[in-house]
Amino acid sequence: MLDMFKNVMNNLTHKPATRKYPFEKREPFERARGHIENDIDKCILCGICQRVCPSNCIQVNRKEGTWKLEPFSCIICGVCVDSCPTKSLVMVKEYRPIAAEKYDVVQQKPPQASSDKEKKEGV
Amino acid sequence: MSDKSTIPFGPQHPVLPEPIHLKLIVEDEKVVEAYPAFGFVHRGLELLVKKKDFNQMVYVVDHICGICSAMHGESYCQAVEKLIGIEVPDRAKYLRVIWAEIHRIHSHLLWFGLLADAFGFENLFMLAWRIREKIMDILEATSGNRVIISVNIVGGVRKDISEEQFKWLLDELNEVEKGLKEIEKIVRNNYTIKQRTVGIGVLSKEQAYMLGAVGPTLRGSGVSSDMRTLGYAAYKYLDFEPVIENEGDTYARTIVRVREMLQSIDLVRQAISKIPQGDLNIKVKPNLPEGEVIERVEQPRGEVFYYIKSLGGKSLDRLRIRTPTFANLAPLLSMLPGSTLADIPVLVLTIDPCISCTER
Repeated sequence: MLDMFKNVMNNLTHKPATRKYPFEKREPFERARGHIENDIDKCILCGICQRVCPSNCIQVNRKEGTWKLEPFSCIICGVCVDSCPTKSLVMVKEYRPIAAEKYDVVQQKPPQASSDKEKKEGV
Repeated sequence: MSDKSTIPFGPQHPVLPEPIHLKLIVEDEKVVEAYPAFGFVHRGLELLVKKKDFNQMVYVVDHICGICSAMHGESYCQAVEKLIGIEVPDRAKYLRVIWAEIHRIHSHLLWFGLLADAFGFENLFMLAWRIREKIMDILEATSGNRVIISVNIVGGVRKDISEEQFKWLLDELNEVEKGLKEIEKIVRNNYTIKQRTVGIGVLSKEQAYMLGAVGPTLRGSGVSSDMRTLGYAAYKYLDFEPVIENEGDTYARTIVRVREMLQSIDLVRQAISKIPQGDLNIKVKPNLPEGEVIERVEQPRGEVFYYIKSLGGKSLDRLRIRTPTFANLAPLLSMLPGSTLADIPVLVLTIDPCISCTER
């Protein structure tokens, strides 16, 4: 009958197993998959991330020079990060904060850089 | 007027957050008949498989179930690897075993907490989930995510575990084992647990076999059936015996799961001691050959059955998954008649149902 006694006494004398979350946060693990971010300066808009994404949450538009992510469709599998040729996509350890409304992350490639590249391609 | 009345169980029920509906015909407190109803969370995976690349599909099958996601990914990858005819590197096989066994402990602890909660043993529920938190930490530290670890890919695994992490993992597992030993002691001696589980929902050996039960439900009735003995991944190099109990009641199934958790810890230790160095994955060609393949893998809930068919090209033509919960529903329905209404939550939980798994 007293098999839970030890556990009850431990619970009385020990600290709680939980943290007071919003005030006390734990450091994320080294490999934690929080959310993805794109360094648009390094990005060459190759579109590999769009092709490998299992949830179709990335849209790359080379003409307009935009890289668009729907963060609320993203399943954070990290396959785009693994296959990015320039390593412009990175996995960030922290989670994206919750939001009341869905939004898209749209990043615009600086027009200078893209036009330079197009010129090169044209030559 | 007949003295029978109909009581619905689910699709929304406090003990089970998943949508299964049981129409129970009761006479006083006794259940006379039970009819199941499904289809509340159908997601249409069988058509989706035609539209997605077979590599993308790994992440989709990973999301079939939140609890056995690693095993779903593993089964799918093994099936596709069989279809292509490649052998994954040895290190990947061992890593698959390690992640799968850690997943099994997490699944059984979750189930054990829910069972304790179903018969009102809140304290034990918290105890089980407190231990489970360590397992979740292991999964997050090694793979990056707590539940959907997405480490399997066709051709191997995506992530490696370093020697330092293995050391830390083994330390954590020692702590987990201590907790599990305590749980085992409680299960074997506690009066409340015995009152609510011994002799409830008895499934004889013949019945369990005839109705096609799988996993702990089958092993709790004394049938030695464990797909890991087929020797997929690295199980052929590891030494273990299927856990069997002969009583066939809810208590026996509980004991089977508790012992399986300890067995899983042992398997992880064996795998870590034997793991070779080497590549994690091999490159796979983007086009599939024609053919059809079946694959059977032991999940925490039992045997999962994958059938895939390919007509060539980048996508599969057909993917059929028979999940363990589906196989265990017929045994559940044979357990229900004759039991009292108060035992229904415990009986539904005794097969460890995962309805989202069942209705891809």
